[in-house]
Amino acid sequence: MAKARKLGLKERYALLTRGLDWETTYQPMDKVFPYDTYEGIKIVDWDKWEDPFRLTMDAYWKYQSEKERKLYAILDAFQQNNGHLNISDARYMSAVKIWLQGITPLEYAAHRGFAHAGRSFRGAGARVACQMQSIDELRHAQTQLHAFSHYNKYFSGMHNFAHMRDRAWYLSIPKSFFEDAMSAGPFEFVTSISFAFEYVLTNLLFMPFVSGAAFNGDMATTTFGFSAQSDESRHMTLGLEVVKFMLEQHEDNVPIVQAWLDKWFWRGYRLLGLVGTMMDYMLPKKVMSWKEAWEMYWEENGIALFNDLARYGIRLPKHHEVATKEKGRLTHELWATLYQYGNALGLHTWVPEDEELDWFSEKYGEQFDTMYKPRLLYFRELEEKGERFYNNRLPMVCQVCQIPIFYTEPDDPQSQCVRIVESKDTKHHCCSDGCADIFNREPEKYVQALIPPQQVYRGEADGARDIFEYAKYLHLESGVDTGEYRNSPDHKNWQAWHAATPDNSDEAA
Amino acid sequence: MTIDLKTASVKPLRRTFDHLAEKLGPDKNPTRYQEATWGLQPATNFHYRPTWDPTRELYDRERTAIVMDDFDDLVDPRQYYYGTWTIQRGKQQDSQEKNFDLVEKHGLLNGLDTNWKQRILALLIPLRHVAWGANTNNSFIAAYGYGAPVTSACTMHMMDHLGVAQYITRIGLLLGNNDPEILDIAKEAWMNEPQWQGLRELVELTMVTDDWCELFVVQNFLLDSYVHDLVFERFQAAAIEQGGVTILPMLTEFINEWRRESSRWVDAVLKRAAAESTENTAQLNVWIETWHPRVRDAMRPVAELAFPTQAARELAALGEAVSTRSAKLGLHGEAL
Ligand SMILES: [Fe+2]
Ligand SMILES: [Fe+2]
Ligand SMILES: [Zn+2]
Repeated sequence: MAKARKLGLKERYALLTRGLDWETTYQPMDKVFPYDTYEGIKIVDWDKWEDPFRLTMDAYWKYQSEKERKLYAILDAFQQNNGHLNISDARYMSAVKIWLQGITPLEYAAHRGFAHAGRSFRGAGARVACQMQSIDELRHAQTQLHAFSHYNKYFSGMHNFAHMRDRAWYLSIPKSFFEDAMSAGPFEFVTSISFAFEYVLTNLLFMPFVSGAAFNGDMATTTFGFSAQSDESRHMTLGLEVVKFMLEQHEDNVPIVQAWLDKWFWRGYRLLGLVGTMMDYMLPKKVMSWKEAWEMYWEENGIALFNDLARYGIRLPKHHEVATKEKGRLTHELWATLYQYGNALGLHTWVPEDEELDWFSEKYGEQFDTMYKPRLLYFRELEEKGERFYNNRLPMVCQVCQIPIFYTEPDDPQSQCVRIVESKDTKHHCCSDGCADIFNREPEKYVQALIPPQQVYRGEADGARDIFEYAKYLHLESGVDTGEYRNSPDHKNWQAWHAATPDNSDEAA
Repeated sequence: MTIDLKTASVKPLRRTFDHLAEKLGPDKNPTRYQEATWGLQPATNFHYRPTWDPTRELYDRERTAIVMDDFDDLVDPRQYYYGTWTIQRGKQQDSQEKNFDLVEKHGLLNGLDTNWKQRILALLIPLRHVAWGANTNNSFIAAYGYGAPVTSACTMHMMDHLGVAQYITRIGLLLGNNDPEILDIAKEAWMNEPQWQGLRELVELTMVTDDWCELFVVQNFLLDSYVHDLVFERFQAAAIEQGGVTILPMLTEFINEWRRESSRWVDAVLKRAAAESTENTAQLNVWIETWHPRVRDAMRPVAELAFPTQAARELAALGEAVSTRSAKLGLHGEAL
């Protein structure tokens, strides 16, 4: 018997995977793969697809099972040892709540969206890459639930996340974002999620949440976050690969991809406003400011990345300069909004402590001191008088990104920015030129959006007539799950638990 | 800061999330499986119709004729969430890898009867394409199915089938001295040899079947049963007995273990769906009646390849096995 020829890694992967698919002859290929042409993307040769990761299933199972063993060992220990007592402060839980309510569902949506892409492409390599990401994203959704499950036993606002996920006005921001991507064709889906979101903007999501968790003693989030990092690097590579592939396959693809990049940059940026607000306001121990993160991850890295794509005829995404103009105000404007609508939120809000205000002054300078600090101090003053400020009507929200229309004009942070768009004689409101552009490109899509405040007015929220009935419709217990942090049950429990722990003295670090 | 557990009177405020408490009833704690699957799929307020299928919602119960009061009842008896699934597969691949190493290190395939080797190669290698079809079909269910328990299990099944396709390829390469040409020969057979065309035509038909429960029945119940039972059980037994290929079970350990375990899940899903209503039972029976004969006919030439002299008997045994299994699930499953 002849000695077997040794195969190289690349060759082995190619053999084990690539030859598997075939051109169907009993059924037309267009019937077997009905969804990968209608977007107008032209693929001349699927074989030019370079598999970003030559990962065979045996190797995948080997790596992933090792990671999973470690992860669950830590989660078990975290639960047994009352790990929730080690966080910096119970205010930090608002960050965890917004993750569970808003981000974990996106992991699940990514799982299903990549299953769709993993069925849709007629190129086998692209399909396998999407399938692998699909199951990774299932992993993320499930490990997060297992990590947060413990917190839910001790803090408010998380018990009803599945119910709120499908209903709450502010969770329509992430939900509509991902459903926009999932309802698009497979090429746009992968561009929006793998490239725009995971490749370009991921650092703005990952860094604040996971480093924020580490800074604030949240072992559970830190552990799954770092464990997911190697998955994410695969996903980012897929994102870059798919965009380059489309651009290299046909010049007609360039304007289509450019339009998607314009759209998904802005849509992603608007979603990240929530994350930025979390990092600036909900982390008792700060990592870095949104402004610093934007400068580092977009103005330096992001722009450099787009410059690399210039050789394909790709330019910087539209309105990126607006996002940069907003970097000093975004989170302050959004926090003030969340603060006001606190009676319809499944998380607590508050006026930051003095040291935090000093930190804001240091990071945001004069703009903070003259424009946002006085408002926070005014809120504090009202609260001290027993008149904590609430705005007890749901806000008007943007037809596209669903964020309340309260952001300000790019060149005038003192006046509200509203853009009115029209489709079939009906007027809709947008928060920005970026969102108005997105609407005008596909009005037939965005007129379908479910706008929760409008649902309330139409009586579609169990007939809720005011914000407290609306909270009830969300299965939120007013004053427990919602509203001000100070003197909330979360706050009081936190104090009681720590009063009962003699080791919790100031000098113990 | 360290916490003194004895003094910290830290009582939980609740046992679990509301939607789990509601489904489990009072006083029960959810398992990690339940926590990771129930209620995970969004259920209402979808913003936009899919541009790829504007007649439907993003998640739509009506993509199948099967009606469930709660699709979360289609649970997996293996209780697989990603963590338990990947850890189990990690162990199994490790064990399989050791088998491959042993076989290679000790040249255990050296004495193999050439005739039997050719027979194994001819039968086995084209099946990598069948496994690829199964991967495609399970990705369909993962994408368009309803409810996290069944769609997440199909996502795992999708990856499992990809793994199986790769293991089949490895076995082929091992038997064929790592000569890639054996893959080309098998693909040529899959594409053009008459004995594979019925099966390929059937697989292509499943790839354009758009009721995901129907696809589940055809792919995961009927087709998987026939292919697996024929090749990895009956033919493997014959190869050991008649050809002395005692090494074969070492090569197919992963595939066989996976098969035993996953058919338990497939049965549980069908059994639960049938138990839901007489309408479901009737619908599942219609699908089995329609597809079982198609699968049997498509497999006939493959059975002849495996058992040149007694294909009819073997095929009848395969049909019987499916009927027995159907009956246990509350379905009749006759091959009409
Ligand atoms: Fe993820
Ligand atoms: Fe990801
Ligand atoms: Zn907007």
